[in-house]
Amino acid sequence: MTVEAPPRGPTPQSGVGGVVESWRRLRRMRYFGLIAGALTIGLAALIPVTAFGSTSKELDVAIYAVTYVMFALGLNIVVGFAGLLDLGYVAFYATGAYTVGWFASDHFSAVNGGQAVNFGAETFLTQGIHLNFLLIVLIAMVISAIAGAIIGFPTLRLRGDYIAIVTLAFGEIATVLARNGADIKIGEYALTGGPTAIAPIDQLKLPFLTAFDSATDIRPYYLVGLGMAVIMLLVSFALRESRLGRAWIAIREDEVAAASMGVPTVRTKLLSYATGAAMGGAAGAFLGFYVPAIGANQFQFFFSILILSMVILGGLGSIWGVVAGAISLAVIDRYLLRETLKPVPEKLGLDFSTTEIQFGVYGFLLVIMMVLRPEGLFPERRRKVEMTQGEGTDETVFEASA
Amino acid sequence: MEAASIAAPARRPLDPVVQFLQQYGLIILLAAMPLYYGIHDLAADGSLTRLGNNLVAGVSSGAIWALIALGYTLVYGIIELINFAHGEIFMIGSFTAFELWSITFGLTPESAVAAIVGGLLVTLILTMITTGVLNVMIERVAYRPLRNAPKLAPLITAVGFSFILQNVGLLWQGSSQRSIPDLIDSGAAFLTIGGVEIERKDVLAVAVTVPLVLLLTTFIARSRLGKAMRATAQDPEAARLMGINVNTTISLTFLLGGLLAGAAGLIYALYQTNLWYFQGFQAGLIAFTAAVMGGIGNLRGAVLGGFIIGIISELATNRIGNDWVPVVVFSYLILIMVFRPRGLIGEETREAG
Repeated sequence: MTVEAPPRGPTPQSGVGGVVESWRRLRRMRYFGLIAGALTIGLAALIPVTAFGSTSKELDVAIYAVTYVMFALGLNIVVGFAGLLDLGYVAFYATGAYTVGWFASDHFSAVNGGQAVNFGAETFLTQGIHLNFLLIVLIAMVISAIAGAIIGFPTLRLRGDYIAIVTLAFGEIATVLARNGADIKIGEYALTGGPTAIAPIDQLKLPFLTAFDSATDIRPYYLVGLGMAVIMLLVSFALRESRLGRAWIAIREDEVAAASMGVPTVRTKLLSYATGAAMGGAAGAFLGFYVPAIGANQFQFFFSILILSMVILGGLGSIWGVVAGAISLAVIDRYLLRETLKPVPEKLGLDFSTTEIQFGVYGFLLVIMMVLRPEGLFPERRRKVEMTQGEGTDETVFEASA
Repeated sequence: MEAASIAAPARRPLDPVVQFLQQYGLIILLAAMPLYYGIHDLAADGSLTRLGNNLVAGVSSGAIWALIALGYTLVYGIIELINFAHGEIFMIGSFTAFELWSITFGLTPESAVAAIVGGLLVTLILTMITTGVLNVMIERVAYRPLRNAPKLAPLITAVGFSFILQNVGLLWQGSSQRSIPDLIDSGAAFLTIGGVEIERKDVLAVAVTVPLVLLLTTFIARSRLGKAMRATAQDPEAARLMGINVNTTISLTFLLGGLLAGAAGLIYALYQTNLWYFQGFQAGLIAFTAAVMGGIGNLRGAVLGGFIIGIISELATNRIGNDWVPVVVFSYLILIMVFRPRGLIGEETREAG
């Protein structure tokens, strides 16, 4: 295990003696992280599959939860590790999902002389391009990574808040392109279906297995999603300890200092955009298969903020924190607001539906977190020091002069 | 020959081109659209009437963007924060204005002219006060506690507040676009010059904007408080040492920004005759583009940028289609960021506050 020797902050003042102390001792054990992680993942695999019905609402929420974990881990690389506020993350959901729309449906209906181009997908499909799920995830990652680097490029010279605006502008351009894509023709095909969704999407199919039928059983979808999320989790941990990850953190803390220590800032920043985007693209592809229809209305600025809220709730840069943030917001977004709390406004005599106050809930969450606990619920120690002690460096780091 | 080129390693063959682009690239970029459509019009109809109409509509809608952009630029000039919630303040302004004139004052398009003019004036003042106070309150709750936190923190609360206000708007006026009575018969021609029609709404927008902008610039240039604002923008710490109450000055800046956003909201409601909770988000981005185009922190730049963006978006609406306006405007935003982040007249950023 590599130890980063984080700068010790002020010792936390906790009056909860025994329990906290024994927890601390437990934490210091060797392999604690490994064992705890394996246990968590094992439970995460077992409980939903056994306890929830094969097409139940709860399992649906669990699938969204693992998908959001993927998105949030991807965004965490850009915002949490490298400290570049990206408000256009929805663009990568769109690139990922539209990759599915293009390569796992009848969208390109006349290619190959009206015969289906089939590569590892089900055999009864008669037209369009149909590729295997894994292949599509790969393509989605590549397309998204390229898009991420393109989006990142103009922001390289800019300071923090300008980065936010430029990425936001790119995100908006992506959503507008999705919405108006029906008018953009490439050859004889529209780029997207516009508000009309591209459907039906193929069932998710892994190599050597028969395709999963989402109508009767969504448990395999959950397991695939969980598997992808775990891979991204491991990748996140590995990246954080890697040379590249440390370079990201160095840039986040002080760009000038990082540059003068020989960190190639341009390449490092672009790689963070590309990596975060690739993860978002993979998650978007998975969600595209699960939904399974790709329409422009799914891609809204709101989504970027939803994912950002997860990262901030958990704690910028803290990997487990982000996972926790993603799961809790998935439960709030997909379950509490849509199901459990639905009758509440009516009982209170108020005339609105709980899904209408999503914006407000997340906005409130962002404000409260930033004002009361900017380091997040489960902060990374190093980040906590940065957030609570402030950085004197931000003043002149990213001058936006030409 | 060779020795000379080694002695001056900075001179590469493309340098003059790059330099030229950095100097004039943005201006070329901005002039491209009107020029192209001007030539196109001349070739197609033999007259510039259509372009003239576009320009008029562009200038008047640009007046709205200019008012909003001033709010961005004022706040940015003084605390270097992009006040994301500013567009939503504008949206709340629109809603307030509509509620005031239609429900509180009961104005309808059939009301007497004097009643409409008087009612709208009172509405304007009340709306401006509402949005101004709202903006100050947001600063108090969301930005002031984070004055010494990393830059990311107030930016995120700003986004958060923008969402909260959007939700307020959604609960207030519903989730879909809602068209409202056309109180001033906004499309009626006021004046026609050489085939170019100047409509009532164009007159309204310019007639409200110009005095407000003049008042604002005079206030900042002449008054004691304006001087305090300029001092704080230059160096908050030194201003504090000179006995300026920095917190009050920042609040004042937010108040001014909010006042202008409220006025813009009223004009917009009369101008577009529809309301939507999402209008502020779009408008905010467009106005921010205007502020950046002029050079953020620079008042004259924001106004200039507002008019330019107005013309660009009007051309885009009329020629390319309404759906594509965001793409055109945001592409400009990104190009400006790449080629000239300091904007058109951005050299005096810190001082112009």
